[in-house]
Amino acid sequence: MNLLRRKFLKTATYIGATATAISTGVLLPQRVLGAYNAEAFAAKDVSGAISGSLGSDQYTASDAIKLKAPDIAENGAVVPVTVSSSMSNVEAISIVASANASPLTSSYQLSPACEAFVSTRIKMGKTADVIAVIKADGKLYSATKEVKVTIGGCGG
Amino acid sequence: MASIKIRAKAKDGVTTVKTLMSHPMETGLRKDKKTGKKIPAHHITEVTAEHKGNVIMTANWGGAISKNPYLSFKFKGGASGDKIKISWVDNKGESDSQEAAIK
Amino acid sequence: MKRLLISALATLIAVGATATIAGQSEDLKALKNYMQKRFPNVAYMDFANGSYALDAAKATQWESQLDFPPFLDHLDVGEEIWNTPFANGKGFGDCFGSDPSQIRVKYPRWNADTKKVETLEGQIVACQKANGEKPLKTKKGKIAYLSAWIASQANGQKINVVVPQDDPGAVAAYEAGRKFFYTKRGQLNMSCADCHVYNSGMQARGNLLSPVIGQVTHFPVWRGKWARATGGKDGFGTLQRRYDGCNKQVRAMPFKNQGVEYSNLEYFHQSMSNGQTINAPDYRE
Repeated sequence: MNLLRRKFLKTATYIGATATAISTGVLLPQRVLGAYNAEAFAAKDVSGAISGSLGSDQYTASDAIKLKAPDIAENGAVVPVTVSSSMSNVEAISIVASANASPLTSSYQLSPACEAFVSTRIKMGKTADVIAVIKADGKLYSATKEVKVTIGGCGG
Repeated sequence: MASIKIRAKAKDGVTTVKTLMSHPMETGLRKDKKTGKKIPAHHITEVTAEHKGNVIMTANWGGAISKNPYLSFKFKGGASGDKIKISWVDNKGESDSQEAAIK
Repeated sequence: MKRLLISALATLIAVGATATIAGQSEDLKALKNYMQKRFPNVAYMDFANGSYALDAAKATQWESQLDFPPFLDHLDVGEEIWNTPFANGKGFGDCFGSDPSQIRVKYPRWNADTKKVETLEGQIVACQKANGEKPLKTKKGKIAYLSAWIASQANGQKINVVVPQDDPGAVAAYEAGRKFFYTKRGQLNMSCADCHVYNSGMQARGNLLSPVIGQVTHFPVWRGKWARATGGKDGFGTLQRRYDGCNKQVRAMPFKNQGVEYSNLEYFHQSMSNGQTINAPDYRE
């Protein structure tokens, strides 16, 4: 485990996270664990969403990431997305919905204790790609799945 | 406030935490049907998970996380009886937190 | 009478599956064969999960909802209603028996004295009326919470609708239900079977059509669609609420809830899930 990280986990509480994190040099001042990354959420494109949340927009597709989401959303306001991976040293995961006005839905900073796994439910305004991007050992990897969002069916 | 439900279960050294929070998660883009005016953004911005006082995971959320949001994550090193704490803060500065024991 | 005329004008009566009257066990056997051929990869007992048994990706939405089932509080209300005495001091236990786990599996059933099919919701209302209570409405709300709670007490039991073959009234009611199921109706001129037998597993716009086998096991059901219409507050509905909706969707006049047509339909419909496991309530789209 990264020694600086361990020190951070031992000494920081949520409230004190920001100052401690910067002072121990664990995190860069502009991407501080626990501080809201408004810039990334304001980005209007996928590239901005990913670089804003994970520090770079260079990522490669990887089979080691499993992205689970429905092919057709029953309800575009509640689309379950699960990201999991067998990769080691996963530090962060971002979930992007390519056609949303602000493509970044969420970003997760995982301590070394965490498994590379996150599951949540997102809103999608229309059919689009859901892109899961994982940061492991400083590099970015992705998995993509198209989710169709339709309005109405015949079952009502 | 009881806006957070938590289920945490340890199995084979891995604890799976599932949590459901009550929150309108307004994006700020939706219009009020009656007034035609945009409903201001009101959504959780950060979620923090702690185990035995250590922050193990932080989530940054935008308005595109569903209303009454759900989150699940897993971590190693938890044992039955340990306390898990989930806290959230929203863009209006409101917050809540809840503790639960791992089963 | 007017309703019958409207539906007769709008429909072509076509008897499906078998032209001759085969009876409940033959009908179920034929349907079971059909479904197992149509869906060779679905385990027979998984039909109770409906469309979710047919599409693993779609099922993620159902699994996601069941992590924190949206209906738990409503089930508690149902239990409370069961336990609340009537004004006259009696309670539902006096009508149904004190063991709530033994109720769901009895319905629907033929009452040889009244010569009518009895449903669980119909009997809840009958119990109320017999005790001077204002009867609940039968499609949604409190009746759904109570019926869902009663059904949940029977989880794990197998559906077992009995059609006594020596009672011509029962046989006729079952046959009327079967005929209803296979009769085209409405402006869209479709039968229940068109969607849930012949096109089961196909898409109807955004919906994946569920097969008829296993459809009733999880009623009263919490539907995402019904929940959304109430701002997330209440997604519960009874089986006959769904009949109402389905008839409207093919632009047919719905029949009276808990009336003879829907109750006969229920008698047939539930029969086609004989042998399936009760798993109520559950979440559906």
